[in-house]
Amino acid sequence: MKCQKCEKPATFHITDITGKEGLLELHLCPDCAKHYLQTGEGQQETPKISGVLSTQLKLEQTAEDLKELDGKECPICGISFYEFRQAGRLGCPHDYVFFGEELEPLLINVHSGSQHVGKQPKRGVRDTESQTELIRLRREMKEAVQEENYERAQELRDRIRSIEGEGQSSE
Amino acid sequence: MVIDELHDRCGEWLKGDGPQSDIVMSSRIRLARNLADFPFIRRCNDIDRANIESTVRERLGREGAFTTLNFFNVAKLNSLDRQLLVERQLISRELSNADGARAVAIDSSERLSLMVNEEDHLRIQVMKSGLNLDGAWEQINQLDDDIESRLTYAFHPKFGYLTACPTNAGTGIRVSVLVHLPALAITHQIEKVFRSLQKINLVVRGLYGEGTQAMGDFYQISNQVTLGKTEREIIDQVADVIPYVIDYERKARQYLLDEKQNDLFDRVSRAYGTLQTAQQISSEETMYLLSRVRMGVNLGLIDNLEIPNINQLFLRTQPAHLQKICQQALDTDQRNVERANYLRRQLKRDDTDAQSN
Ligand SMILES: [Zn+2]
Ligand SMILES: [Zn+2]
Repeated sequence: MKCQKCEKPATFHITDITGKEGLLELHLCPDCAKHYLQTGEGQQETPKISGVLSTQLKLEQTAEDLKELDGKECPICGISFYEFRQAGRLGCPHDYVFFGEELEPLLINVHSGSQHVGKQPKRGVRDTESQTELIRLRREMKEAVQEENYERAQELRDRIRSIEGEGQSSE
Repeated sequence: MVIDELHDRCGEWLKGDGPQSDIVMSSRIRLARNLADFPFIRRCNDIDRANIESTVRERLGREGAFTTLNFFNVAKLNSLDRQLLVERQLISRELSNADGARAVAIDSSERLSLMVNEEDHLRIQVMKSGLNLDGAWEQINQLDDDIESRLTYAFHPKFGYLTACPTNAGTGIRVSVLVHLPALAITHQIEKVFRSLQKINLVVRGLYGEGTQAMGDFYQISNQVTLGKTEREIIDQVADVIPYVIDYERKARQYLLDEKQNDLFDRVSRAYGTLQTAQQISSEETMYLLSRVRMGVNLGLIDNLEIPNINQLFLRTQPAHLQKICQQALDTDQRNVERANYLRRQLKRDDTDAQSN
């Protein structure tokens, strides 16, 4: 493979995730890679995302697979895979589960594995599901209000309050 | 603490003390955290963002370690004040430029900053002068435990702390050491150092001044991997490599002293002379020249200046600081003139006045 900026062979495969362009793949020779990494083309003082990843993202899907995948939407926050791909940002904690299969190869490429081994919250992780549920209910409530379906909004608000109440009492 | 008191103060990362502070400016650790019951920022509406901010503020403000922090409502600050916080590394450019409810809590020593509604709901940052990653970790780990006892973090047993960008998932940790490497730059060895750091998955960035220009031979070395390793392993990976970088820089300085003495003295004294006499000077040139002077002081070539003073000049010649000092809004041309005025005042050749009598 040739360098995208000159004719030399590309040996650096850089995946840069920026806020604006989404996932940007670059194949560069050592000289151009050095220039790219140093001059901060496309970088900001504070990494927009954690920055430049010198590993290759393997999105080996066919066009059709990709189109189908792009349409997949998280039931909790409503983000589509397409939006994530464009923005490089996820929409809610549940996306890690919902898009888990797609994220795994990315995580393995970027990190040293896909299993967390660092510190853990001392409080149990048990209530995460009801917390995620809150995100969905609040979204549905906003939609109900927008559609002027106040009966539904009222119902949703009661469920939100009851989950929030459980959370408080378990603290 | 009010914002207007800040520009007068020193700021932790420029204090110029701590281990290896001739080369290492500061050590910084930040943790990315999100609340479990809100969407990530991208999918938040204004109400969500306001709720996140008030929840954090209320829970942390109740009692304990956080009650002494100064909370700034970043959305209500004018752009000059926001830029001042960016220049002091207390908030990121992203938080400064974002929309909607957002805040930062800062301790009075400016070692701790807690950004709310940046890319993640919470960005906790601890900064120490010199090379002191262990000290930074100890402090931030405790703070994180304390925050976690008050708020439910988004966490998954496999993916760890869940972050808006998957590249931060797992530990959510970013470990950065800010180093000053002028001799490696002069001897054209810096690329070699960069390449070897990149091979072991560390990220090197220039520190930016005004616009996107690299700032005077300062480089930030940080980890890239956040998942699949413990915090300790990630910190050690950065910490282990810094002594080599320091050693390279010292060897390059010694080489310049031994083999290129005239050239080195010339560079340093020209830089010093320009800063003492210029009538207008850009931020970029100031950084470039201050970098040379800083090395000159470290090598004992300039003896009437102290490192903390030079570190201060790096900060106070930045656009927002300069405008605070001059107490008025200045455009680029005016800043260049005022910057030169300020530098001449600070670096006054008092020998001519004092010794002529
Ligand atoms: Zn090339
Ligand atoms: Zn989601």
